[in-house]
Amino acid sequence: MTDLSSTAIDARLARMADDLQQHLAARNITDPALVGIHTGGVWVAEELHRRLAQTGPLGTLDISFYRDDFSRRGLHPSVRPSALPFEVENAHIVLVDDVLMSGRTIRAALNLLFDYGRPASITLAVLFDIGRREMPFAADVCGEHLALAPDQRVELRGPAPLEAEILTLKA
Amino acid sequence: MSQPSPDTLQLTGSGRLRNFLTIDALPRSILEEILDTAASFVDVGDRSIKKVPLLRGKTVINLFFEPSTRTRTTFELAAKRLSADVLNMDIARSSTSKGETLMDMLRNLEAMSADMFVVRHGDSGAVDYIARHATPEVAIINAGDGRHAHPTQAMLDMYTIRHYKGGFAGLKVAIVGDILHSRVARSEIHALNILGAEEVRVVAPRTLLPADIDSLGAKVFTRLEDGLRDADVVIALRLQKERMSAALLPSESEFFRLYGLTNERLAVAHPDAIVMHPGPINRGVEIASEVADGPRAVILHQVTFGIAVRMAVMSLCMSGRETEREAAHAAAR
Repeated sequence: MTDLSSTAIDARLARMADDLQQHLAARNITDPALVGIHTGGVWVAEELHRRLAQTGPLGTLDISFYRDDFSRRGLHPSVRPSALPFEVENAHIVLVDDVLMSGRTIRAALNLLFDYGRPASITLAVLFDIGRREMPFAADVCGEHLALAPDQRVELRGPAPLEAEILTLKA
Repeated sequence: MSQPSPDTLQLTGSGRLRNFLTIDALPRSILEEILDTAASFVDVGDRSIKKVPLLRGKTVINLFFEPSTRTRTTFELAAKRLSADVLNMDIARSSTSKGETLMDMLRNLEAMSADMFVVRHGDSGAVDYIARHATPEVAIINAGDGRHAHPTQAMLDMYTIRHYKGGFAGLKVAIVGDILHSRVARSEIHALNILGAEEVRVVAPRTLLPADIDSLGAKVFTRLEDGLRDADVVIALRLQKERMSAALLPSESEFFRLYGLTNERLAVAHPDAIVMHPGPINRGVEIASEVADGPRAVILHQVTFGIAVRMAVMSLCMSGRETEREAAHAAAR
């Protein structure tokens, strides 16, 4: 059974930080700008930011205004402002989320980022990838690939300690 | 035939905003949701691409039966920043003046697959009437009706107050000037009371106070200095000369002498008091230039916040509309 305790999450984050560092080094990226997607992605991005000893500011994105199911599901009840306290134009962005599932959140985040400017590159880092892709996106750095039943989801709880839980959706 | 209550006219069965017609029937949670959502829209105006795709493919029609370049422009900009298609209807020059009835015109506009009407009308209750008779497929937003309500102006003022004061608890807010003709004042009094301001004051000569002012929940002052004392927020209203059917004032200069906001008069307000005005300003009538252009004035910020607040109201009125429509159809079967 998958260990989703704070200790296990901590170990995954350490590995992610190493993998991300190698990934960026291989591409000669020395000044990445980390951007977390609300809410879980921001927690993971904060951890990676700390572990990579980044000195630049951390960006946050709320993709509520870019969702493709607005007319069906409506606005998220707690929309937060996005904050990108750096120039997006020509920046090397590391986009961070907690869970990669269908890829629709990543699509929305990319649309939002491009409304701020044209980045030089975007690297995607996620804590969990549970497959079920509906869009052609894959993570460059991933904490763990989880094989879940169709009615299951993984939810990250935080910000401190970071723990996760597998939830079974009601029929 | 029974009419829908204001609640069902404005809110869906699940408590979402359906139309935005007036503040007084709305719960505090909806007002706070508008303010919170607006906060996320403010930065859109600072970006290289000043748009979000929320209302992409939707059609918003500005139905202005009463001219107002300023309000119409901010609604138009708000809708465009939400990626909607916008049509501006100058009703004075449209076919209603050729004998077409209001209902005929509404049916025609609905047939053009409109998703939202933003309506301004010179008669109190006209927007409410349109909301009762329009198809439920279309969201209606009140952009000011007669002396009745101007809810988006009130909400942008609430946003401005919350931005500068952090909240409403403990605040003393003085609304100064032509209360009688002001739909803004009515909507503001309701909003401030719902959001929990400590004291809402109206300051005006008796001739510019409505008869039902006591029932609105505001404390009445007829001397400016008394009304301004310790106020945290001062809202100057425009003297609406075009709405005055009788001589309610001796003269504009007399009004300024007694009720005009000057730095000297504002000395009795709280040292950190902000000064607001819904615009357009009559300089030297309700407010002196030294105040309008001074450090306390937040008038131009009101305009900027106004676009974000109108984006929030439009978004919330369209939020989850397809699901609501399907539920309504299912219930009707």
